[in-house]
Amino acid sequence: MNHAPHRLSPPNPSATEPEVLVIGGGTAALCAAISARRAGASVCLLEQAPKGLRGGNTRHSRNLRFMHPGTTPLASGPYPVAEFRADLDRATGGTMDSTLTPLLIQHSADVPDWLEDAGVRFQPTASGVLPASRKTAFLLGGGKSMLNALYATAEGIGVEIQYAAEVRDLMIREGRLEQVLVAQGEQVRAWRPRAAIACCGGAQANRDWLRAQWGEAAAGFINRGTPFAEGQVLGSMLRQGAQPVGDPHSAYLVAVDARSPADDGGIVTRVRCMPAGIVVDRNGRRSHDEGGDTASTRYAVWGQRLAGYPGQIGYLILDARGMREAPPSLYPPISADGITTLAAALAIDPVALRTTIARYNAAVRPADQADDPAGWHTLGLDPPKSRQALPLTEPPFAAYPMRPGITFTYHGVRVDAQTRVRLGDGLAVENLFAAGMIMAPNIIGRGYVSGLAMTIGIVFGRLAGEEAARRVQG
Amino acid sequence: MSRDKTLAEARRVLGICNACGYCNGFCDLFEAAKHRPRLADADLAHLANLCHACRNCLYACQYAPPHPFGVNVPRGLARMRQQSYVDGAWPRPLAALLEHSLLAALLVGLGAVGLLVGLVLMSVPAEVLFARQTGAGAFYRILPWSGMLAIGVVPLAWSGLAIGIGLRRAWRATRTAAAPVTLRALGMAVRDVLLLRNLSGGGPGCNDLDERLSHKRRWLHQTMVLGLLSSFAATVVATYYDHILGWEAPYPLLSVPVVLGTLGGLGMSLGIAGLLWLKWRGDRDPTAPEARHADYALLVLLLSVALTGLALLAWRDTAAMGLLLTVHLGGVLAFFLLLPYSKLVHAGYRFIALLIEAMERNERRDG
Repeated sequence: MNHAPHRLSPPNPSATEPEVLVIGGGTAALCAAISARRAGASVCLLEQAPKGLRGGNTRHSRNLRFMHPGTTPLASGPYPVAEFRADLDRATGGTMDSTLTPLLIQHSADVPDWLEDAGVRFQPTASGVLPASRKTAFLLGGGKSMLNALYATAEGIGVEIQYAAEVRDLMIREGRLEQVLVAQGEQVRAWRPRAAIACCGGAQANRDWLRAQWGEAAAGFINRGTPFAEGQVLGSMLRQGAQPVGDPHSAYLVAVDARSPADDGGIVTRVRCMPAGIVVDRNGRRSHDEGGDTASTRYAVWGQRLAGYPGQIGYLILDARGMREAPPSLYPPISADGITTLAAALAIDPVALRTTIARYNAAVRPADQADDPAGWHTLGLDPPKSRQALPLTEPPFAAYPMRPGITFTYHGVRVDAQTRVRLGDGLAVENLFAAGMIMAPNIIGRGYVSGLAMTIGIVFGRLAGEEAARRVQG
Repeated sequence: MSRDKTLAEARRVLGICNACGYCNGFCDLFEAAKHRPRLADADLAHLANLCHACRNCLYACQYAPPHPFGVNVPRGLARMRQQSYVDGAWPRPLAALLEHSLLAALLVGLGAVGLLVGLVLMSVPAEVLFARQTGAGAFYRILPWSGMLAIGVVPLAWSGLAIGIGLRRAWRATRTAAAPVTLRALGMAVRDVLLLRNLSGGGPGCNDLDERLSHKRRWLHQTMVLGLLSSFAATVVATYYDHILGWEAPYPLLSVPVVLGTLGGLGMSLGIAGLLWLKWRGDRDPTAPEARHADYALLVLLLSVALTGLALLAWRDTAAMGLLLTVHLGGVLAFFLLLPYSKLVHAGYRFIALLIEAMERNERRDG
């Protein structure tokens, strides 16, 4: 990722160069490309992945958050501005950018209409098979269906799309993007677009980068999303003075099955049923209240906890009763007839695991109402299990090994109200824009609310596309 | 592919679907799979027959190849469906006809035509067979009414029995929940068949050819089915005219049997030609070769029946009528013989799957 001018082939004749270059191939990139093209600019989109894996982490997403003051077929009730704002406030601890956040909320309202106009289909709540959601709209078939529709629309209006095109570096001089270094196969060449929009996300797939932030612990992380989020463009911008935003040392982590592939496992790798059992580390010890979080936020709570476990691995231990409650999982749990054999299968000290379970079982107290499993709790146990503390006594026993699964990072570039990349001196690069997860930490520097990443991609992708087109035509 | 591998792959793939669920807006399959999380052999057979092979879930799948999970639901379930037809074949040895559907259609088709042509050549004097025959009873001078009846009734009775035994097996194996058969459930299943609701991708249509959505396959299939039903109705009306009213075929162009038969032949030809075109042009990733072959075998057989029927109508007043009639009836005979050992059995299996689904949905809603 170093500057290496001697490697550059001569710049191409400008006739073949697009006016607007879109870097990335996910939601933000497609929305940027479509809106820039619709505004009259010639547009080329460079997607690093091959066609079959195009679309960044949009491929793994399903719903998007949108403001709607009234009822809509896409959500179970209204979601007014003030509530959207309050949700963001709570999730981020009030760290959101004061200019961009109102833009996001306002423009989120017409996101469904804009997408439908671009060929994207939603799944109405009347289908009866969706998780209840008042704040988000679900895409029919999920993110990849949306990608298919947007790629088709973009191609239909004349956006040039190139796959397996990796942007290695940008060159910014005196507040202007001068050139973009693009590798396609063996060939590396410099492009000189009149404007570029960086929509290529964070660096969570880059193991070196992860190690730099997390040290040895990074080896125990699993990347839930695209293997192409390597952060070359983010790194290049930051090295050349772009103002960083967010925290490079933090990431949105979710508890995933430790047997998942290193990248791209997506939604199915989540481990979800911690409240049905107990969680131990590789030494067989508990360290958190498994009954403390029963809402969907528990996935992220456990992701953070696992990052602090020895070896970044934990084991959810269930008995036969707990397994009956467990939702379908990608991999079957590791199971055994007894605790000792289970410990052996997990390479945990059997004495330690037996002791932990025996202490836990001894501390279990029934609920006041016998038929209310949520009311069962422990007494005198540290840490306690405050809810759903049913005894682990019914063989066979089973375990899900878990690791922290990185979803996205909280590290990006600061942008202005036109989504131009801002430099350390407060000025903006006049012809370099950013949209999507690469600038999402302007709004969501910590925490998360479901469906927000998609909305950020769409709203700021559209805005960046319009601004870039205005720039090259003005 | 071996039976074990087919089942294992269907189980693996649907296991991933059950942990994901993004596709549950396309059709009934994904919710149905969620309610059968064990994915036992009977569950897989039921789910495979519930799947209408619409392909949307492959195009939408975040785990489709080249992803290492390699999830391809339409292909896995096409194989599984084909396996369920083989498992239900009666008598067992004739399952080979399903496993080699193209060869079976060719041999049985040529055999049936050859047999009839041979019989006619032997029994009908050449001056009758190759002469222009018109007026009441013209067809029977080539093939007596009793012969035609035998061509219709005997193979149909056998096929009905064989299909009935297969479907009975399937019904017993896949009806695993205690939900009752109700009129309401039957009505829902019939409606699903008429509208091909599971072939509409939740509204916008299906990936019939490629990434674009369309309702082509849905319309073409129903055009073909209407044509087939209309042709069958023509035969029934003609039998009634002939046997009850004593009016001997051939009938005038504007008579009920000829109009029904003509519309039927045209509908079938049009529908089949369209379906063949889709199959030929469409992306093959979401299909399996054995399922594709079974489709081709049935479509081509049906198309030849329809085209020879139309040809018979067009040239019935010429000297070609005798042979055209014989060839047409040979095609019909082959079709009737192959009914239980062809893709056509999907109609029964799918109806059972839709009915069970409707029963279980009602039970969940009310119970």
